[in-house]
Amino acid sequence: MKNLIKIAIRNLFRYKRRTILTSTLIAFGVILVIVFGGLAISFKSQMIGIITNTSIGDLQIHKKGYVESIDNLPLNINLTTEELTSIEKKLKQMPEIAAYSPRIKFGAMISNYAQTSNIRLSAVYPEMESKTVPDLVKRIKGEVSDPTHFLKPGEIIVPENLMKGLSLNVGDEVVIVATNQDGSVNGLTLRIAAMMENVLGPSGKDGYIHIDDAAELLRMEKPAVVEIAVHLKSFEQLNKVYSQFRKDFSPASLFEVHTWEQLSPFASVARIVDILIIVVKFILISIVLVSILNIMTMSVYERIGEIGTLAAIGTPPGRILSLFIIEGFSMGLLSTIAGIILSLSALLLMNMIEIDFTFGQMDLTLNPGIPISEIILTTIIVMIISILASFQPAYKASKMEPVDALAHN
Amino acid sequence: MSLINIDNVTKLYQTGEISVTALKELTVNIEQSSFVSFIGPSGSGKSTLLNLIGSLDKPTYGKVIINNVDIATLDRTQSAAFRGSNIGFVFQNFNMIPVLTVYENVEYPLLMLKHIVVNERHERIFALLDKVGMLDQKDKYPNQISGGQKQRAAVARALVTNPKIVLADEPTANLDHKTAYKVISIMHEMQKEFGTTFIFSTHDTKIVDEAEIIYTLEDGAIINSEVKTKN
Repeated sequence: MKNLIKIAIRNLFRYKRRTILTSTLIAFGVILVIVFGGLAISFKSQMIGIITNTSIGDLQIHKKGYVESIDNLPLNINLTTEELTSIEKKLKQMPEIAAYSPRIKFGAMISNYAQTSNIRLSAVYPEMESKTVPDLVKRIKGEVSDPTHFLKPGEIIVPENLMKGLSLNVGDEVVIVATNQDGSVNGLTLRIAAMMENVLGPSGKDGYIHIDDAAELLRMEKPAVVEIAVHLKSFEQLNKVYSQFRKDFSPASLFEVHTWEQLSPFASVARIVDILIIVVKFILISIVLVSILNIMTMSVYERIGEIGTLAAIGTPPGRILSLFIIEGFSMGLLSTIAGIILSLSALLLMNMIEIDFTFGQMDLTLNPGIPISEIILTTIIVMIISILASFQPAYKASKMEPVDALAHN
Repeated sequence: MSLINIDNVTKLYQTGEISVTALKELTVNIEQSSFVSFIGPSGSGKSTLLNLIGSLDKPTYGKVIINNVDIATLDRTQSAAFRGSNIGFVFQNFNMIPVLTVYENVEYPLLMLKHIVVNERHERIFALLDKVGMLDQKDKYPNQISGGQKQRAAVARALVTNPKIVLADEPTANLDHKTAYKVISIMHEMQKEFGTTFIFSTHDTKIVDEAEIIYTLEDGAIINSEVKTKN
């Protein structure tokens, strides 16, 4: 084997220009996959981080049927106190859960006494909400002295576009009018504590009030929670925890659980990003396949006489096959190593120069990085394709009749 | 039984619808430690005969038995192993592996024989390179040495496995007179020292003069054989 590798490597460097050109092409493909993958994964994970850490949470638990009607924000599909207690008990027992936040979500009217507009309100316990969506406070424009108590009873956080549209300022009073689940209309005066920047652009109309105010406004004896947002200690455990809930919430259960992907439209963007990464991998596969197949075919045709000599002096067909496969494999390996080194250098450089971009109204800095598993996967892809691409020419070489091959000398 | 038994061998080549007879009902036996030369014009069947003896090709009819093995019964892998153990080749164009040094070229056939340990391998290679006067060139690549040196290295490569037979197809065709003579002398010495059977196909009178048995071929058949008395 050692001897075969030696011969294969020397043969590669025998045609330096051709080898360098082909290796450059393969290395370019590897760079494309790793750098694009690094950027795309970084973009995706940042966006997922924003979405899960500022509004949705990693998972949400609802009463069965709530998500189907989520656009109407139904108040009647809520959790009873007993149901909420049992879910909270379960959540506290699960070691993967970092925090959870019960919410009441409802539509209301907001008035500055002169103008009125509609608003979607999330009524929360600030301490629990700030632990469940820890980046929420970063979206609040105003003075928040204590992030864990960003909202007090009697206060409201109003989305930016409504602040502008209704000419409101922090400290102003507004009236919130809402209809409860029995159809009774009630109003409540609240003081604007801060302005909420919307992550997905200026069209958002999501505001926050304290859950006790919501109970008063909606005339609830006790807060009738419609949603429990859940924050995991590790995002990697999402599927495991989701599966656990799915198992616990059997079809007959009163509850349903959804991951952020099932609740956010960004999941489609994330899927497109994943598809693009796969497309780029297919481009790499094509580059490697065509390059190695081409160079190995040329190599076999140029060395027919040499193959005859090797066969004549006792080289079995299997060894000739191995020789050419090792040659193609070595080219793939060397090119991949070069590609990985250049890619990681490029990613390092990108991290140093800091690439800024804006998503919605949020200014973000990309920190491109590639998981080691992606590098290993890329390497494995190139290696497998190198072997497959080398196989046909190598097989042809191994099947040559020595007497015919020798005639080419 | 002779080392090489060629019994009523016919070799046909099919080119499209045309069938060419390269060897016609040829019978010849060659003993161990002979120095045999096949001579004849181009197309007389010399190379075809050497290819059959070298188990590079198989007869259309008849039997080629080398060292008690019917070469027609061997598959491709067995043929390769058989060649590796029993036959050495010296080619007209030297056929050195260009990416291997002289030493590595000579070593290569030994690597195919898995039972040769490293120390023995080195000893054999050094001894042979010394005998053919190529020890000082052992680290050079084929493109760094002359044609005569390549052929001397090729002789060492052909002999390194201690084969029973060395086949040499026009081994001096690309060498000048002085170098050709030197290569022939080396082969002759090897024959005497190791008892190897050397079989040539040649037009070269220098080889013909050195040969102990000379077969003349014409149109795929032996038309004359001459056995010289050893001095």
